[in-house]
Amino acid sequence: MSSYGKIIRKKDLSILQKTYIPEILKGLRITIRQMFRPTFTSQFPEERFKPDSSFRGRPVLVVENGVERCVACGLCARVCPALAIEVQAAETELEKERYPLKFEINMVRCIFCGFCEEVCPEEAIVMSDEYLLVFSSQEEALFGKEKLLKSTEDLKERLEFLRSHR
Amino acid sequence: MIKIKIDGKELEVDPKLTIIQAASQNGIEIPHFCWHPKLSISGNCRMCLVEIEKMPKLVISCATQVTDGMVIKTKSEKVVKARNAVMEFLLINHPLDCPICDEAGECKLQDYTYKYSVGSSRFQEDKIHKPKRVELGPNVMLDVERCIMCSRCIRFSEEIAHQKVLTFTERGTNVILTTFPGTRLDNPYSMNVVDICPVGALTSRDFRFKARVWEMSSTESICIGCARGCNTNVWVRNNEILRLTPRENKEVNSSWMCDEGRVNSFKFVSNENRVNGPMIRKDGIHVEVGWDEAISKVVSELRTYRKHEIAGIGSAYCTNEDNYIFSRFFKEVIGSANIGFLQHTKSGDEDDLLIRADKTPNSFGASVVGVGGENGTDGIEHIFKGIASGAIKVLYVLEDNIAANPRIAEVLSNLEILIVHSSTKNETTKRADVVLSASTFTEKYGTYTNFNGYVQCVRPAVAMIEQERAPDRMSMSRWDKFAARNDTWGKGTKRDARSSWRIIAAIASAMGGKMKYAAAEEVFKEIAEHIPAFKGLSYSKIGSHGASLKKELIKTSKL
Ligand code: SF4
Ligand code: SF4
Ligand code: SF4
Ligand code: SF4
Repeated sequence: MSSYGKIIRKKDLSILQKTYIPEILKGLRITIRQMFRPTFTSQFPEERFKPDSSFRGRPVLVVENGVERCVACGLCARVCPALAIEVQAAETELEKERYPLKFEINMVRCIFCGFCEEVCPEEAIVMSDEYLLVFSSQEEALFGKEKLLKSTEDLKERLEFLRSHR
Repeated sequence: MIKIKIDGKELEVDPKLTIIQAASQNGIEIPHFCWHPKLSISGNCRMCLVEIEKMPKLVISCATQVTDGMVIKTKSEKVVKARNAVMEFLLINHPLDCPICDEAGECKLQDYTYKYSVGSSRFQEDKIHKPKRVELGPNVMLDVERCIMCSRCIRFSEEIAHQKVLTFTERGTNVILTTFPGTRLDNPYSMNVVDICPVGALTSRDFRFKARVWEMSSTESICIGCARGCNTNVWVRNNEILRLTPRENKEVNSSWMCDEGRVNSFKFVSNENRVNGPMIRKDGIHVEVGWDEAISKVVSELRTYRKHEIAGIGSAYCTNEDNYIFSRFFKEVIGSANIGFLQHTKSGDEDDLLIRADKTPNSFGASVVGVGGENGTDGIEHIFKGIASGAIKVLYVLEDNIAANPRIAEVLSNLEILIVHSSTKNETTKRADVVLSASTFTEKYGTYTNFNGYVQCVRPAVAMIEQERAPDRMSMSRWDKFAARNDTWGKGTKRDARSSWRIIAAIASAMGGKMKYAAAEEVFKEIAEHIPAFKGLSYSKIGSHGASLKKELIKTSKL
């Protein structure tokens, strides 16, 4: 009949069982045993969690040899499902011809999907390991180039992860 | 008429056509790079190969005339294979720098790669490198690596612009497009090669890198650079116009427009020198005021003077609607016959293709709707004399910088009151007592009549505080569609200006005249009822491509 086994009704219990004392002791034993085991909980925010390289933190722009890799093609802005990215291109004397005069991510809009990273033809925008984002106004959530630019050294793990999963 | 069959579809076509023409007339797409309907046939790209029954080899459809009973296949296995091969060859040395290429998004090579190519490359050797960032002329930049040697630009320059400066040098994969030594691509129509170049080899130096094409909304409009009125698309992002491109109209501009119009005719719209909201002179300086205050100021000034002391200068830069309302206002509400407008001709600056010496978009329309004075265009002389003699004390000027005209500038200080409609701050607004900010041609509905009596519509491509953009005849970008109130992009600056006809109608109503219109279309309806040459016309009839006036019904002698 029931796949959960026999149903025990209160009237079927012995007196000892009716006091619940053995069950309470059983529970206490588990609790006390756990108290002497190593802990898993990290004390956020005092303790910070270091995400794995596969983690999708806030998107940042890669700077290589002092220049951002981005050529302002606008593909990340086009693919972004949340319309978080605004890019304004301009001409540069460098070989890449084009660079982002303005690059802005609206972190209120961003949903950390990583599509921008995936579409970028230059591997210029990648998901970082930063997840701490606090703003007190909408304007503060607009991340311009000054907040987005990150050197290749800082992003080494993510770049390696991307290479190994290409 | 003969009978042919394309992909199993029976068609009746003119025997003079080529296969590609017959196909495109019947809505069948045959991919092509070098063929252009307005240029001679070159047949070098080999993309338009089709199979014809009973012919041993594939033929190029751009250079093969149709014959009776021809059975053409554009999608057979043989054709598809040949197309793949052509695409593979074209892409061998192509840099594929779409991310930095301005053409991306409207590139034939990109589109055809998706549609007609296998999607991978077998080429492992090094690509040939060629010059990049070559300045072909003042307005056009060349990237030789991207060139697919279709020769459209060469043919355009020779056949349409009549300037033989472009040529190919070298052979095979080393072919390079270049100008003859000591020459530049600097004809007045040079930028059309940017439009017809199927790839991003030729780019506009004015528009270069300003925006991706999919980020802009485009609205059908016309160019107001001269009396031709070339049909255009106005490309807008963040409420700012970034470029104009020509739109085909057989009656007006074929598929072209001149560089001057393309580069210079719209810049004033987002110029920082724009008048933003009405202004009144108080104690010698202009202060910004609300519309109601400005309008009642104009009304009280006009009431202070007698009707023959007031004169009005209409504008060849304004729409038919603006000028018509202006002329009605003067004749019926003020009761003055002192009305005229200035011509702006640059003699010698014209040619047989498009450019007209008359540098205004609507001098024809202005005189037909009645701001020209008794004989079409002689009103201005009368006004000039009146101001000089002191008989005219109040001058009401529609959008025109009259103070730039030395004859008028000299006598302007004779006036007691100067009222000006203007979109831009200039010499005239500086001297004005009341400045009423007027919408530009990209911010309002209205019609212009070109030198040939051809009436064409404009509609708002840029949003104003009081006027949203036209939803019809616009293709809207994703940015514009989804921009929220608190997004920094997608909004741009919205200015405070009104269509001139609307301002005048408000003044007229305040002075007791009967002028109530909800929209420019209603004004035009009235024009069509009252002015014989406009009879039978309506906005819907004008549509995208304009409609001709009945020129035989124009009374004035001076046209
Ligand atoms: S996709 Fe990459 S290269 Fe293109 S604009 Fe975005 S970050 Fe820059
Ligand atoms: S992670 Fe996704 S939502 Fe965030 S910016 Fe990139 S594409 Fe847009
Ligand atoms: S010409 Fe077309 S295919 Fe070539 S780089 Fe430009 S957009 Fe890409
Ligand atoms: S520059 Fe453009 S139009 Fe001229 S030949 Fe090359 S691909 Fe054709």
